[in-house]
Amino acid sequence: MGLGSDMYRQQILDHYKNPRNYGELEEPTFSHTGENPTCGDTIQIDVVLADDEETIEHIAFSGDGCAISQASASLLTQQLQGMTLTELHELDRDDVIDMLGVEISPMRVKCAVLAEKVAQDGAKIHTGDIEIDTTQTE
Amino acid sequence: MKASTTDPLDIEHIRADFPILQREFDGTQLVYLDNAATSQTPEPVIDTIAEYYRTYNANVHRGLHQLSQEASIAYEEAHDRVAEFIGASGGREEIVFTKNTTESMNLVAYAWGLAELGPEDEIVTTQMEHHSSLVTWQQIGKKTGAEVKYIQIDEEGYLDMDHARELITDDTAMVSVAHVSNTLGTINPVSELADIAHDHGAYIFVDGAQSVPHQPVDVEAIDADFFAFSGHKMCGPTGIGVLYGKRELLESMQPYLYGGSMVRKVTYEETTFEELPWKFEAGTPVIGQGIALAAACDYLDEIGLERIQRHEHELAEYAYDRLTAFEDITVYGPPGNDRVGLVSFNLDSVHAHDLSSILNDHAVAIRAGDHCTQPLHDTLGTAASARASFYLYNTREEIDALIEGIDDARELFA
Repeated sequence: MGLGSDMYRQQILDHYKNPRNYGELEEPTFSHTGENPTCGDTIQIDVVLADDEETIEHIAFSGDGCAISQASASLLTQQLQGMTLTELHELDRDDVIDMLGVEISPMRVKCAVLAEKVAQDGAKIHTGDIEIDTTQTE
Repeated sequence: MKASTTDPLDIEHIRADFPILQREFDGTQLVYLDNAATSQTPEPVIDTIAEYYRTYNANVHRGLHQLSQEASIAYEEAHDRVAEFIGASGGREEIVFTKNTTESMNLVAYAWGLAELGPEDEIVTTQMEHHSSLVTWQQIGKKTGAEVKYIQIDEEGYLDMDHARELITDDTAMVSVAHVSNTLGTINPVSELADIAHDHGAYIFVDGAQSVPHQPVDVEAIDADFFAFSGHKMCGPTGIGVLYGKRELLESMQPYLYGGSMVRKVTYEETTFEELPWKFEAGTPVIGQGIALAAACDYLDEIGLERIQRHEHELAEYAYDRLTAFEDITVYGPPGNDRVGLVSFNLDSVHAHDLSSILNDHAVAIRAGDHCTQPLHDTLGTAASARASFYLYNTREEIDALIEGIDDARELFA
């Protein structure tokens, strides 16, 4: 079978149908949104940091879009729980694809990395390193 | 002997002209349903390009050697052939070769629009325009101060002609409209729109990218002032588009691109420009592609566009009926018996991109996304849709394969 079916292994479908950490946090330390304009995928990530201003204590996501983008967000929020912002910034697209555990066709990579980019940009906005309204992946 | 206009197509014979249709993916034969994006290329067109490069490849217009003469004649005659194909009685002088519909649109927007438009003018277009037209006029509006207005579509995906009559006024300088919607499959009443535009002293630009490949088109019967389309959607190669313009209009316009080929006499101070259409074809033009486009016109005419249109119409109606039989599928645009050979839809439980990826497993190629009509998708209330689009070589069995793939996707996501 081709790339398509490999992309929809049980884990992806499970996280798409039953997303973990789905919703919004009441008093997030920071909250950020992103989109793939051409796909219509949207992701919002809310984070509560611990008192050290570095450790991710609570994280949640909300959004809408294809299975790859939403499952990727669900898996990422699981992984980021308890991680530091430094560790978050060290993640790259290969880490996300490893996390998904499937081969992602080139045209769909932007869907897979959207949540990671939103989390990273949200953290950078919080620490004053960048100034943007929304994140976009292409 | 040419078949009568009502004879059904000999699909087996036609498919043999398209070697790519024999491709298999993991043992499953390709089902190519993305023809509104680009069509496949038949052997006679591929042979024409190959023959050009193998036997008479040369630059045109300027060489005095034999190869250049052969290439020049073939390239110039290709303009005449394309003119004949769309009913332009002015011949080559009304046919400019560009790289695609988008460039044809930009040529008019820049050469005519920037020179003629001001804050007192209005450009009227539609909610169903492709980005090629919508973005271009939007940006020309920003540069000139001209206001861009959009004719609404109704619930079924038809243009609201009452709204059109309301929007097109004496302030309108240009009406720019798609002949056929690449997303909804709607056939727009361009001749009627041309009359309305002309009654108010406005010009009309018709985007024929989705009509010329699939139905007989007569630009003079439409009374279009400008008309554009692309080669690669009509069995021709990529890299060639066409701009038709009424001769007096093209004559009145300044060139859009400057450089070699489009000039007569050049001094350090001044330049005089070539005759039509060459004054709009600066630099080495699309020689091989232009000659191959003429071959594509021959190919389509040989089969007959009425027959192709009828065949696609039947496929569209069949696809529409099969898709609308499912309660969880939303089909966009007019009813099955009044649309061209394309169907855009969404399956409730599966995002269009996921659906397309799963269909790819069945070797079924469709388009998923916004089809370069983001504002129209906003109007439809969805970010993306799936689109199956047909051409002369497609069959009912291929639509059945599409439906099977959709069934699989539904099951996987259940």
